[in-house]
Amino acid sequence: MSSLVMAHTRHQVLEQIRVPIGLLASSLFPAISMLAFAVPFVGDDPLASTISTGSMTLVGAMSATLMGLSITVAQDREQPWDPYLRTLPAGPLPRFAGRILTTTAVMLVSMVPVLLIAALFTEAAVTPLRLLLGVGAVLVSSLPFMLIGLVLGFLLPSKAAIGVSQVLFFPFAIVGGLMLPLEVMPELVRTISSFVPSRGAGELVWWASAGVEPDVLPLVTMAVWTVAAGAVAAWAYRRDEGRRYS
Amino acid sequence: MTVLARTVEATRRYGAVVALDRVSLDIRAGELVGLLGPNGAGKSTLINLFVGLRRPSSGTVELLGGSPADPVVRRGIGVTPQETGLPEVLRVGEIVDLVSAHFPGATGKAELLDRFGLGDLVKRQIGGLSGGQKRRVAVALAFVGNPRLVFLDEPTTGLDVEARRSLWDGVKAYHESGGTVLLTSHYLEEIEALAERVVVVGQGRVLADDTVRAVRDMVGVRRVSLVADRLPEPAGPAGLPALPGLISCEREGDRFHLLTSDSDELVVELVRSGVPFSGLEIRPSSLEDAFLTITAKESVHV
Repeated sequence: MSSLVMAHTRHQVLEQIRVPIGLLASSLFPAISMLAFAVPFVGDDPLASTISTGSMTLVGAMSATLMGLSITVAQDREQPWDPYLRTLPAGPLPRFAGRILTTTAVMLVSMVPVLLIAALFTEAAVTPLRLLLGVGAVLVSSLPFMLIGLVLGFLLPSKAAIGVSQVLFFPFAIVGGLMLPLEVMPELVRTISSFVPSRGAGELVWWASAGVEPDVLPLVTMAVWTVAAGAVAAWAYRRDEGRRYS
Repeated sequence: MTVLARTVEATRRYGAVVALDRVSLDIRAGELVGLLGPNGAGKSTLINLFVGLRRPSSGTVELLGGSPADPVVRRGIGVTPQETGLPEVLRVGEIVDLVSAHFPGATGKAELLDRFGLGDLVKRQIGGLSGGQKRRVAVALAFVGNPRLVFLDEPTTGLDVEARRSLWDGVKAYHESGGTVLLTSHYLEEIEALAERVVVVGQGRVLADDTVRAVRDMVGVRRVSLVADRLPEPAGPAGLPALPGLISCEREGDRFHLLTSDSDELVVELVRSGVPFSGLEIRPSSLEDAFLTITAKESVHV
């Protein structure tokens, strides 16, 4: 079974690498934001730089999951290749697992430019342990976005998934305090911020990488989003299976 | 003979639409069966039931002694993907590798590709292949797992004559080595060249299931067309003009198209009737005509 998962993962990673636009979108946008906003304004402040670095790796992770995963899952459903693979002697699991592993790989790759920029052009300082914790925190906090990406991918046609995932991505990034510090935002936005999953994700990553004491409410909110998105994703998956394969 | 695949009274509905209506069919080991039918006749639904993509609404489907929903059972079958769905950026060899990973007893990649004349293309990306080459890759994928039974859905659509014949040779060779084939096609010629047994489906039902010769005789109709002001007065039960073997009559401008089981007698009778006509053409029936005939006979029997 695991060799099948590897075969599907290899196949999907090759597709990602040969049409690298998804990979570029997830890597370039946070890297450019890092250069444009973090380096000039907070580059000489070690703590603020480290926090910005964490935020930008999360932005890359959100792009890979919310946008990348939703679009590829929606596209898979539209291709006749998908039903063909279902006639092979395997269930849907190996391909699905391959999809998740590939998305995780894109996420990890998208962190590299941001981390390099942080190391070269800012005073961001991190111990190896904090770096590992930070990467782990990004992976953990990408979970709700992966699940939301799956919901969109299972429910929408690919063109709609592209649009809707973008509509969610930017407000999540901004209201979650990942693009600009929350202190500069209006009171109302700061209140809403506690209820978007990106804020909790930020709190977790800032805590792991920079040791900033997290607010509890956003973490609870993120957990609620994760459970809710998981339930909806499971429902959407079964609905899609029922429509196409029952 | 061992039955490799079977439906018993299988019905499949999509909402209110009945795609298959109580179809019972046996595919026996060593057979080469052609499945004929117009679009929407239920061919794809029938194949989807056999390969486990869909479940019957009622009735049963059996594959290699088990259920098509069981992945282990599906190790014994091969299916062609639609060539339009092959992942564009992957190389031919990579796709074969992916499919091979699913079968414990897969054929060697080089041997498989050589068999379908694809040996030179192993490193080429799918997106760079011609339509015919993609089609051959798609057909080759059905044979990766050394299947006992293959389902070939429109295997030669879009191929030129030479490529079509070489593919037919490949299918014949597989069949001669003991393989079983269920083949769909729009081309009567293809079914005639390959199949021993023909199953005609229309409106979700099996309309005919017989040897190629028997079905061809059954659809041995010709299309006679001519320009005339009028035809001999109706006399038949369906209000058709009084001409021998007439199955259907359509008027298109001043031209009549007549389907008949006996074109010679029809022309003789037409001349005798003294009705003036011009531009006489007699052509063998198309598959579409054959369908008209079989479905017309069907409705008479019912």
